[in-house]
Amino acid sequence: MTYILIFIGAVFVNNIVLSQFLGICPFLGVSKKIETALGMSGAVAFVMTLSTIFTSIIQKSVLEPLEIGYLQTITFILIIAALVQLVEIILKKVSPALYQALGVFLPLITTNCTILGVAIMVIQKEMSLLVSVVFAISTAVGFGLALVLFAGIREQLNLVNLPKGMKGTPVALLTAGLLAMAFMGFAGIVK
Amino acid sequence: MSKGSNLKVLLNGIIKENPILVLLLGTCPTLGTTSSALNGLGMGLATTFVLVSSNVAISMLKNIIPDKVRIPAFVVVIAAFVTVVEMVMQAYVPALYESLGLFIPLIVVNCILLGRAEAYAAKNTVFKSFLDGLGMGVGFTLALTVLGSAREILGTGKVFSMTVFPETYGMLLFVLAPGAFIALAYLIAVFNKLRKA
Repeated sequence: MTYILIFIGAVFVNNIVLSQFLGICPFLGVSKKIETALGMSGAVAFVMTLSTIFTSIIQKSVLEPLEIGYLQTITFILIIAALVQLVEIILKKVSPALYQALGVFLPLITTNCTILGVAIMVIQKEMSLLVSVVFAISTAVGFGLALVLFAGIREQLNLVNLPKGMKGTPVALLTAGLLAMAFMGFAGIVK
Repeated sequence: MSKGSNLKVLLNGIIKENPILVLLLGTCPTLGTTSSALNGLGMGLATTFVLVSSNVAISMLKNIIPDKVRIPAFVVVIAAFVTVVEMVMQAYVPALYESLGLFIPLIVVNCILLGRAEAYAAKNTVFKSFLDGLGMGVGFTLALTVLGSAREILGTGKVFSMTVFPETYGMLLFVLAPGAFIALAYLIAVFNKLRKA
C-alpha cells in the first residue's frame, strides 16, 4: 500500500519538475516533440533507477563506515557519469535512431539535476533500498509525464501567433507555470 | 592584453551572454532558490565562488588533463569546490544552508559550470578564465537576485525581509512553484526586449 502512495506522491503531488524544479533544462530542451520526450524519459528512468541503487549501496557500505560522508557529492556524480557513458554505449548498439534523436541531450543526463537530486534525496530521507527503487521509478514516471504533457502543448504552441518578445522560451515558461498550477491541485492527496 | 578586451570578457557574462536570461543554463536553481531575494543572492554568490574557482583551476590544469577524460576531470574539480562551499556554508551561514537545501550540492550539475569550463576555461588563459567566471557569476547572481526580489515583493510585500507593502496584498502564487515559472517567463521577455532595443 505504501508503495502506491509513494508512486502517487512522486508522480503527481511532488512532481519532480513541476513542484521541485529539478530537470528543467531537459524539460525546456527536449520537449519540442512527443517522441523525443518519450525517449528522453525512458533513458532518464533507466539511469535514475540504476544510479539510485548504486549510490545508495556505496553510501551505506563505503561512505558511512569510513566516515567520509563529505565525499558524497564527488562520488555520486562520478557514479552517475559512468552510468550515463554505459547507457550511451548500449543505446548506440541497440537503437541508433533513438541515439541520433537524443543528440547532445544524452551525455547531458549526467548534469540532469533529477538524477543527482533523487540520489541525495533518498539518503536524506533515509529510505530503504526497496523504497528508494520505487521512489526512483515513480520520480522518473513523473518526469516523463511532465515532459510528454509539455511536449504535447508545445507542439500546438508552435502554430499560434504571439508577440515577438514572448516567442520561444517566455511562453514555454508561462505554460509550464500553468501546468505547475494545475498539478498543485493534487496537493493534500498523499500525507 | 588590452584593458578593453578584459572588460569585454567580464561584461559578456552579465548582459550579452547572461547564463540564465540568454543562454538558459542553470534554470533549476533559478526557479528553485528564488522564493526570496536573500535566497537568490546567497545561491548566486555560492555559485559564483564555485564558478570562479573551477574556471581558474581548470584553466591551470588544461594542458595536463588528457582530452578523453576531460569531462569527468572537470566534473571532479567542480564537485571538489562545491563540497568546499557546502562545508563553509554549513558552518558559517547555517540558516541559508538550510533554506537552500538540496540545491547547494546540485551546484555541481549546474550546466553553467561545466559549460564555461568546456567552452572557455579549457581554451583560455587563467586570468581571462577568472574574468569569464566572475562575469558569468555576477550575471547569474544579478538575475537570481532580481527574480528573487520580484517574487518576494509580489508574493509577500517584503524584500530582504523589509516590508514594502502589507502582506495581505501579496499574491501567494509567486512564492510557490507556478509563480517561479511565470516570473522567469516575464523576466526573460523583458530582458530580450531591452537587449534588442
